[in-house]
Amino acid sequence: MDKIAFKFPKSLKSTLFHYCPGCHHSIVHRLLCEVIDELEIQEKSVGIASIGCACFLYFYIDVDILEAPHGRACAAATGIKRAKPELIVFTYQGDGDFAAIGFNESFHSALRGEKITAIMINNTLYGMTGGQVSPTTVPYQKTTTTPEGKNPAYYGYPPKIAEIFSNLEGVAFSGRFAVNTPKRVLETKRALKKAFLAQIYNLGFGYIEILSSCPVNWKLDPIKANKKIDELINFYTLGVFKDKVENFLKKEKN
Amino acid sequence: MKAKKILVKGVEAIALGALEANCKCYFGYPITPQNEIPEMMARELPKRGGVFLQAESELSAINMVLGACAVGVRAMTSSSSPGISLMCESFSYIAALELPAVVVNVMRGGPGLGGIEASQGDYFQAVKSPGHGDFHFMVLAPYNAQEAYELTAKAFELAEKYRNPVMILSDAILGQMKEPIILKNLKIKEYPKNDWALTGAKNRPSRIIRSLFLDSQELKKRNLKLKNKYKKMEKEILFEVSVENNEKAILVAFGSMARIVKEVYFILKNKGYPVGFFRPITLFPFPVKPIQKILHNAKNPLKFLVIELNCGQMVEDVKLAVNGKAEVISLFYPPSVIPFPEELERKIKKWIK
Repeated sequence: MDKIAFKFPKSLKSTLFHYCPGCHHSIVHRLLCEVIDELEIQEKSVGIASIGCACFLYFYIDVDILEAPHGRACAAATGIKRAKPELIVFTYQGDGDFAAIGFNESFHSALRGEKITAIMINNTLYGMTGGQVSPTTVPYQKTTTTPEGKNPAYYGYPPKIAEIFSNLEGVAFSGRFAVNTPKRVLETKRALKKAFLAQIYNLGFGYIEILSSCPVNWKLDPIKANKKIDELINFYTLGVFKDKVENFLKKEKN
Repeated sequence: MKAKKILVKGVEAIALGALEANCKCYFGYPITPQNEIPEMMARELPKRGGVFLQAESELSAINMVLGACAVGVRAMTSSSSPGISLMCESFSYIAALELPAVVVNVMRGGPGLGGIEASQGDYFQAVKSPGHGDFHFMVLAPYNAQEAYELTAKAFELAEKYRNPVMILSDAILGQMKEPIILKNLKIKEYPKNDWALTGAKNRPSRIIRSLFLDSQELKKRNLKLKNKYKKMEKEILFEVSVENNEKAILVAFGSMARIVKEVYFILKNKGYPVGFFRPITLFPFPVKPIQKILHNAKNPLKFLVIELNCGQMVEDVKLAVNGKAEVISLFYPPSVIPFPEELERKIKKWIK
């Protein structure tokens, strides 16, 4: 019998995505499900859907899911993990949710080294509300609330969360990835797995930031929006900035 | 268990009530005058296999409570007025998600930073609208340490029974005053949570706990479900009443103010004044029918004198209950200085001549 190389993930619900054409949420959803399946954690996972386009996470990912208030996903995840440490807890948040309104909750959860996995989808603006400026909007980028471009002299510079978190003792894994090429998709999946392993091995906070296209609000067609990620990478460097998981696995082997 | 009598602050009685109810998680942020609650929980919960965590803000604390409740674990927070305001966004979510959270508000003076003396200024916030949307907490108002202990324990049972958040509304006087309480086995019931809690989708379909319903019919259904639940809660109405049906005036007060008013009631009664006393213990649902019963049985035309440590809030609920069938007068004391019984006695006498 031929080996099955590609199949529908068990933890992905068999339904149609509501996401816009060219949006990267659906790719990340699939990767998340593949990782959940490979780690065999579907039955003990609780996901937190926060506010934004991906708040409908629960229509796609077949695990128990809680909808937290805007920005408070990491706090709710903390409550869950502290109350039931045997659960695998992840948050799935946008940049506005994670890095603007929820920055305090995100940062302090990382500082405390909560054994949770946080996935931040960075599309550099508020997608669901129509494309307003976000903290992660890059300098001079046009949004509906920065029609002339985001002037750093007026709005300052974006936080590079993956790099910032790599300096926190409580963080076990931190990195930034993209899913606009097949190679990057595979890299993202490997990293996503590590962000979960950081939790599974009780090493600390697992953080993964994924640059995502938003064709509708970037006012680009899906192909151009996908290419645009290559430009964003000049500002938001891709890579692993902290990885305690790799060291842990090496030690385990020895 | 043999009953044990101890001397504690009102806020400590609240913490002891939570421990008696086997509360497993406490999340909070410091604010005067309720810090003894987190301090006691920090000492006691880890010994009992529970979790104490001081959060970076009230916002975070209440969302930790939200998370713990969603996975079916008894959890609480406590704060005082300004901190409670910060939690209001999440109160709305917790009510919408139908989570059995217990929240304690040890009220202090306001508005703004106000002060740290006693106040009943958060009555409207607690009873009418502790957040956006259309929802209610069940609100319990103890008036001494014993009641604070017992009602806090009971709050966990009620929260689970109705899958609705419950608020203990205390204040700086009740919280900081030391009184003896009798510790006892309160036999707090625990309701099963295995049909709704998020515990991992093992041997069952996955679950969603959410409050977003973009389908307007679905949202309407959710709101009507909540409304029906509030109606059912009326079974839990608690109050204290001293009425013999020949009164000309009923003194109405809750919480710390009810203690002063009760003393004045006894003084006036002993002097032969025709006064009665009524103390709502559940502020939501409000004891409407018990008030209507007083009216129904009254042999004389009645006046309701509503005495509060605010500029007149509960008086509105008394007016709604009385529904024009008697005069309702607000004797208000703005959050700040509490009246001595003698002063209150003089004020009340003017109305019952």
